[in-house]
Amino acid sequence: MSTPTQPTREYLAAPVHKDGAVAWLRKNLFSSWFNSVLTVLTMLALLYTIPPLIKWAFIDSVWNTSAEVCRDIDGACWSIIPRNIKFILLGFFPEGQEWRPILAMILLLGLVIYSKERHRWKKALLWYWLVGLIVMGTLMYGGVFGMPVVETGQWSGLPLTMMLSFFGMVCAYPLGVVLALGRRSKMPAIRTLCVVYIEMIRGVPLISLLFMSSIMFPLFLPDGMTIDKVLRAQVAIILFTAAYIAEVVRGGLQAMPKGQYEAADSLGLNYRQTMRLIILPQALKIVIPPTVGILLSAFKDTSLVVIIALYDVLKTTKVTLQNPNWTGYSTEAYIFLAVLYFIFCYAMSSYSRRLERELHTGH
Amino acid sequence: MPSAVPFWRDEAKRAIVFQLAAIAIVFGISYYLFSNTQANLQRQSIATGFGFLDKEASFEIGESLIEYSAADSYTRALLVGALNTVKVSFIGIVFTLILGTVIGISRLSKNWLVSKLAAAYIEVMQNIPVLLQLFFWYAIFYEAFPAPRQALNPFTGLFLCNRGMIFAVPAAHPAHSAMGWTLLAVLVGGWVLNRWGKKRQAATGKPFPALRITIAAAIVLPAVVWLLYGAPTAMDIPALRGFNFKGGVTVSPEFSALLLGLVIYTSAFVAEIVRAGIQSVGKGQIEAAMAIGLRPAKVLQLVVLPQALRVIIPPLTSQMLNLTKNSSLAIAIGYADFVAVTNTIINQTGQAIEGVALIMLVFLVFSLSTSLFMNWYNKKMALVER
Repeated sequence: MSTPTQPTREYLAAPVHKDGAVAWLRKNLFSSWFNSVLTVLTMLALLYTIPPLIKWAFIDSVWNTSAEVCRDIDGACWSIIPRNIKFILLGFFPEGQEWRPILAMILLLGLVIYSKERHRWKKALLWYWLVGLIVMGTLMYGGVFGMPVVETGQWSGLPLTMMLSFFGMVCAYPLGVVLALGRRSKMPAIRTLCVVYIEMIRGVPLISLLFMSSIMFPLFLPDGMTIDKVLRAQVAIILFTAAYIAEVVRGGLQAMPKGQYEAADSLGLNYRQTMRLIILPQALKIVIPPTVGILLSAFKDTSLVVIIALYDVLKTTKVTLQNPNWTGYSTEAYIFLAVLYFIFCYAMSSYSRRLERELHTGH
Repeated sequence: MPSAVPFWRDEAKRAIVFQLAAIAIVFGISYYLFSNTQANLQRQSIATGFGFLDKEASFEIGESLIEYSAADSYTRALLVGALNTVKVSFIGIVFTLILGTVIGISRLSKNWLVSKLAAAYIEVMQNIPVLLQLFFWYAIFYEAFPAPRQALNPFTGLFLCNRGMIFAVPAAHPAHSAMGWTLLAVLVGGWVLNRWGKKRQAATGKPFPALRITIAAAIVLPAVVWLLYGAPTAMDIPALRGFNFKGGVTVSPEFSALLLGLVIYTSAFVAEIVRAGIQSVGKGQIEAAMAIGLRPAKVLQLVVLPQALRVIIPPLTSQMLNLTKNSSLAIAIGYADFVAVTNTIINQTGQAIEGVALIMLVFLVFSLSTSLFMNWYNKKMALVER
């Protein structure tokens, strides 16, 4: 019997870069010939486009000069923004009263940021909001404490955009939930009414509703009665958004297993209790991502009021561009607006992602 | 005696009361608004009804797919607008599908650079209002491009100026329509061939390369027809005459800006849908397909796509509808779509109710027909369960 053979020792070569920059490049950019070609082509495209853009936007550009200076430069004329910032953001709000919309906007943003934390979602928060909204309304409209009255026709720029989107979202959400419940109702008449409403609204563009509010609606009212133009547009946005919310919420309701309803029934809960305590909390939670999508489009869609000649922040920018001194710098002005919208939308969508994570109770 | 349930506790009776109340409220409000409207229209002596449709439109429309002049009727003007809406929506949907799919797949690429670029595109374009994008592109076309006299001419036959994009096309020749008919015949033939091939494969198990034959025929046969007609090569090259270009085909800046804005905005959403759809196919499916020896192209064609499409189609439908509805923003940059034409008519006739009703009706027809088609396609693709 031979002695057990000594196991031969294999000497493996040291691994070729498992980490570090070279390995990262190899794994992520040059893993195959196809990927390598793709990387090289993309790099070339970027090299071709990015440096001239940077030169235009940062190197050759001016930031706060008069319009005359802009005529002589090749780069971006960002001066259009600081020189017109008051009109772009606040529009026709009367001279000397600018602090009022600014304060109102800060208050609104402050309340929104305060309400972000879930542990603050209590009854008291509702009161804060109520007081906050009254203060904001007073600030904007005036008429008390020596503040001159500012008619809603003069509300323009960013406050108008924020108001239209804020109330658009806040009022459309509950209306959408009610419509979704109506669509799932066992009563045929209620169901039909809701279905017709939802499908009609979803089938037509928002513009047609805005037209309806601006040119058709005055015909609906009795002689001598007028409703404010801003309010009419606001109602159109709410009615439009609600139909989309309703469809999203219906998806959530349909995803609830039948057992949830039966369990609620067997506990002796009535319809209202079943919905409020059992079904809606779960259904609304699972539809957070699509709901936020709808709310984001509602926010972006407020820019459509340009078409019915309301002076939201997009319209005030366009008016600025019609000023003979500043025509021709649309690119700069629109990029500024795009950044503004992007910040708001990005903040909302990242908040929704956080909320979704916090509310996730599954495994 | 069994305790009679009082009627306000009886669910069935309560339901009837609720519904009657709802109907009464809706009808009451409608009647109130209707009677107000009647009174208002009479007082302001605005005509009602669709009688105005036959009258002369007396306004020009910038671009039109059919013959149109200011002397034509309102009906014809509306038709021009509707066709313009269909044109921009159809071309927009095709480009959106292509661009959205490419970006969605790029988002899943193993290449870090490509994937991050796609992610940035999606994130940025989704979060900027489409109307702002339209204004932006329109401004680029109008401000950045020179006047026709100094038109950019990157290569022979293509001019870029603030009147739009003008490019050369082959000069009219009978060969072109013959080639078109040939192509159509080949496509119909290919469809028949494909059906027959599938039937044969089901019966005998022998596959038939219908697709390859069709593609080859689609390239070769029109070329043969072209040669038979003596291979005409004359081109209709645009040339500057006075202040504008003559000849060639012009794509207006309004149309280009609208198309570009809609495609870029919507494709960001389509990309997300495509990405989610592909990711929804389980990894095990792909591994199983590779384990039975399918090539990567076949894995995609036979395993991944059929399952991904099922997830993709419903949200894709709503994006297509969104694009169609957003095409109504044309009015903001002066492209003569249906809404813009109707708005002009409302301003001329004062018949706002009929005008808005027409807009709603036309878009409802677009929406319903698209969703009918997509529902049919969805049913075709759906999982056949036992």
